[in-house]
Amino acid sequence: MLELSHVHKVYRVGAFGGARLRAVRDVSLTVEPGEVVSLIGESGSGKSTIGKMVLGLTKVSSGQIRFEGDDVSHIRGFSAKKEYYRRVQGVFQDPFSSFNPIFKADRVFTMIRSSYFPEMSDADWKDKILAALATVRLDPDNVLDKYPHQLSGGQLQRLLIARALLLDIRLLVADEIISMLDASTRIDVLNLLGDLKERGLGILFVTHDLSLGNYVSDKSVILRKGAIAEMGPTRRVFENPLHPYSRHLLSCVPQLHRTWAEVDAELAANPPEDYLLPTVEEGDDSAPLTEAEEGHFVGIDQS
Amino acid sequence: MSNIPGAPGAADGASAPEAVGERKVSETLHFARRNPKLLIGSSIVLILLLTGLIGPLFVDHGPNEYVGPQSQPPSSEYWFGTTTFGQDIWAQFVHGLRSTFFTGALGGGIAFVVGTTIGFVAGYKGGIVDEILNMLTNVVLVLPGMVVLIVAVAYLDVRGLLVQALFIGLTSWPWAARAVRSQALSLATRDYVDLARLSGRRTWRIITSEVAPNMSSYLVMSFILLFGGAILIAAGLDFIGLGPAGGVSLGLMLENAVGWSALQLGMWWWFIPPGTGITVLVGSMYILNVGLDEVFNPKLREL
Repeated sequence: MLELSHVHKVYRVGAFGGARLRAVRDVSLTVEPGEVVSLIGESGSGKSTIGKMVLGLTKVSSGQIRFEGDDVSHIRGFSAKKEYYRRVQGVFQDPFSSFNPIFKADRVFTMIRSSYFPEMSDADWKDKILAALATVRLDPDNVLDKYPHQLSGGQLQRLLIARALLLDIRLLVADEIISMLDASTRIDVLNLLGDLKERGLGILFVTHDLSLGNYVSDKSVILRKGAIAEMGPTRRVFENPLHPYSRHLLSCVPQLHRTWAEVDAELAANPPEDYLLPTVEEGDDSAPLTEAEEGHFVGIDQS
Repeated sequence: MSNIPGAPGAADGASAPEAVGERKVSETLHFARRNPKLLIGSSIVLILLLTGLIGPLFVDHGPNEYVGPQSQPPSSEYWFGTTTFGQDIWAQFVHGLRSTFFTGALGGGIAFVVGTTIGFVAGYKGGIVDEILNMLTNVVLVLPGMVVLIVAVAYLDVRGLLVQALFIGLTSWPWAARAVRSQALSLATRDYVDLARLSGRRTWRIITSEVAPNMSSYLVMSFILLFGGAILIAAGLDFIGLGPAGGVSLGLMLENAVGWSALQLGMWWWFIPPGTGITVLVGSMYILNVGLDEVFNPKLREL
């Protein structure tokens, strides 16, 4: 459904744009309907930039993003973009900055109505909103006709998901939607993503949290310095990490029943077998992947 | 059941700004009514405005007609005295106030519209558009405005209030553009702007309904400063003899008073009213501006 092929993003930085910053390097991946794909990486690994490029909020430097067969990386014209957003929507990291503080929170619904459903009758629209709110398990009396500062982060985040559901979307880009939430509301939002998946939505789940990626996703993509370090079905990536960076990341996850010393000792006792990583020449911008097992890819070493 | 956005009776796109919440508006009003700077500044400006608007209606002769005895000090018949030629200074003063307000409103208004438009577009669009507009702004900013005005006004055949205001407006916008640009630059990166783009809103709608309302106090204050600045520039032009031909303004009155040696002859009633008028008007506008700043900016509130 969504297909990124050799997508690059290069920023010009510094005085007169002399220096270049490579935010995303040769990323290729796919998202199928009913599939949750996690983009996992540290700050600055380019994961949010990929999300923004899919949403058309940031331009693609080179490469192609295809959605249901159409190239969407260079949409020209306002109406084409508007039609694209009818099928692809996003939810951002910070629910508090996603709402304009001087307006009521449910204005995000009104904007959708005026843009996409100007002809719908009031009663139909009301039913639609109530249905969307029911999907995200919000009580309409608690959230409608309120200002953003009167609502909690979890409520706001779920309002944003409800907003996306008003449109008949096929793909949801969820950019760190859990990270600003309390632990108690996190699981609700995660389970909600699971429900959406059941309904056949493709979800691009951007996160820096390995355990969240493991919990929610079918496919995991571990990014480092803009390039894919490891990509594959979540179980395989987490049980058999092949790239040294993914191994390092996984070894950094605290474990409930063991101390660091025990983990380190065990790791030193039987070190994992080194996997032969693909290499690129100096000055080559590409980042090739090799297929280690079926659907499990390993990328270049950039350390 | 609570309100459904977009349904009748609920806040929708058009009426949302009014519904911004009685709470917020009344809070602003609460502080506005208790701010002495704001009250003093606005009442002086208002009194002068009313004098300029209503005063001329009660004067049955033109400001430049020779109506009375020459060089009379203030009396019950000629409240502000008369000039060397027997012109009524009170009549000149009220007409002068009127044209001063006209130049200020029109010149300041043009500068405000040009400045904010360029600032918003540059700050919101960024990239190459920002570079070009910023370069234009900087070029106009370093032009010696007064010199350009003198040259332009001196060589122009039509010298009316309108032309004068137009020229002032077209030369004094750069700082407003820079100020608005820097604010828009930071507001344009908020998530709710991205969300509005995802909702299929056009750029100008986003600027006017998402970005601008968040800096409304800033915009009001820029307008006031531009207004006061335009009055000062106009008075300066008038004073060096480049004012509107055949008209009357506070600056022209000063020019005439100095030109006919009112200072040396001790005719204080000729130059004090226009001088005080300009000083008090611009001064109380700046006080009004400080008062507004204190009302809008919670950190400056004394209560």
